[in-house]
Amino acid sequence: MNDLKVFWRGIFDENPIFRLLLGMCPALAVSIAAGHGFGMGLAATAVLVASNILISLMRRVIPDSIRIPCYIVVIATFVTMVDLVMAAFVPALHEVLGIFIPLIVVNCIILQRAEAFAAKNGVWRSTLDGLGMGVGFTLALVLVSSIREILGSGTLFGIEVLWFWQSFEPMRIMVSPPGAFIVLGLLIGLINFLSMRKA
Amino acid sequence: MEIKKLAVSSSPHLHSQNSVRRAMLWVLAALAPASLFAVYYYGFYVLVLLVAGPVVAVASEALILRLRRKPITAAFDGSAAVTGLLLALNVPAGASWWLVVIGALLAIGIGKQVFGGIGHNPFNPALAARAILVVSWPERMTRWVGPGLVSSATPLAEYRAGNLVPSNFDLFFGFRPGSLGEMSVFLLLVGGITLIYLEIIDWKIPVSFIGTVAFLTWVLPREGQTAFFAGDPIFHVLSGGLILGAFFMATDWTTSPITKRGRVVMGVGAGIITAIIRLYGGLPEGVTFAILIMNACTPLIDRYTLGKSYGSVRGAA
Repeated sequence: MNDLKVFWRGIFDENPIFRLLLGMCPALAVSIAAGHGFGMGLAATAVLVASNILISLMRRVIPDSIRIPCYIVVIATFVTMVDLVMAAFVPALHEVLGIFIPLIVVNCIILQRAEAFAAKNGVWRSTLDGLGMGVGFTLALVLVSSIREILGSGTLFGIEVLWFWQSFEPMRIMVSPPGAFIVLGLLIGLINFLSMRKA
Repeated sequence: MEIKKLAVSSSPHLHSQNSVRRAMLWVLAALAPASLFAVYYYGFYVLVLLVAGPVVAVASEALILRLRRKPITAAFDGSAAVTGLLLALNVPAGASWWLVVIGALLAIGIGKQVFGGIGHNPFNPALAARAILVVSWPERMTRWVGPGLVSSATPLAEYRAGNLVPSNFDLFFGFRPGSLGEMSVFLLLVGGITLIYLEIIDWKIPVSFIGTVAFLTWVLPREGQTAFFAGDPIFHVLSGGLILGAFFMATDWTTSPITKRGRVVMGVGAGIITAIIRLYGGLPEGVTFAILIMNACTPLIDRYTLGKSYGSVRGAA
């Protein structure tokens, strides 16, 4: 597998949300507005890349029997840094995402990439893998949250996008939890349907 | 499923005239009196809603079947038309036409076809769509109106607020505000009993459902009161969507249990949930959510009420 493939598969073939079905909790919970999804995606990407690099560097010194606690300590360190940085520079977004920032510690994508990839590969490839997975996660979150924001509030990234449709009445279920399940389920179904046809 | 593959042997076979299409046409016929009453009571506008529901449902079913590369004849077996009509009967007379159009699309798209079409949907499609509409546009889905489209409250809402409610006579014959299809108990009973006589639906679900609601609303005190055995069961049975739901929606073949005992469990369960929501819940009416919750329990109910096969020994399997 060449380096480019390592990066690209996180976005398409092994997209964490649509293909691996990992990280569903933030995908469902914070995808109310495109801005939230984007912020969440960037925060997770930052942690993912940093933890992949550090774990890859330390892969020969971490004892096999306690590797999971070691990964968690590394990931928790980066999450705390991201949490504090966001609280300092984007307090509004930090307020909205709330508990879901600390919860990145137990985000299964990050732990899974540490266990499945960074622990077995070099620093360069682990960085690419973290970037690819992070970008794939962010794109998926932005896609889900854009659909929910447009239908549920008539805006996109907070900007009125349905200006040509004055009588539009927001479909409120889209900004409530059932809307997240419906949108995510339909998107996964659509992607499976399209790839089934291609095959 | 392809019929061609189901080859049968050469013996003489009697063909029963029963088919999905025949049953669904009977259901449509049984709903017709109550639908026409709504047109008579509210005026011509609701006819638009009642036609839009089935037309959009059948059209979207045909379109989705086409996209799925399935034979589109399945769209014309009548089941989509019944779903569309039931959805239209579940909106208030003051609803906009686009609510019915979006509802019919959701019922067929999200309620039925994403699960694989007829026979595969876990929830009653019309009620699933109604639940989405109620959560999405709550004030539009509660725009109750009287004749001449004057806004007014439903009997259940008046009852909850402690106001005067229509007489039992008016409730029974349908002279009161409500969703299009729930008004005339009398005409719904005529249709429902016809379906029971034709063995298209089973009497066990409606009887146990309505009986449970009547019993609980008689025995249990309303919120804020303490006297037991002081309720008004006749009012509760005649108002809201209970009759429509019990006869026409809880009995949906796909989403109700197949065992005899299971059907009673379904009816009693839906009755308990309806009574609790009406007496203590945050909404005046609970039939929709009661049926949806029991739909979700249906596979479990079937599993635990399956009869023992003859000769089997307990615990030997």
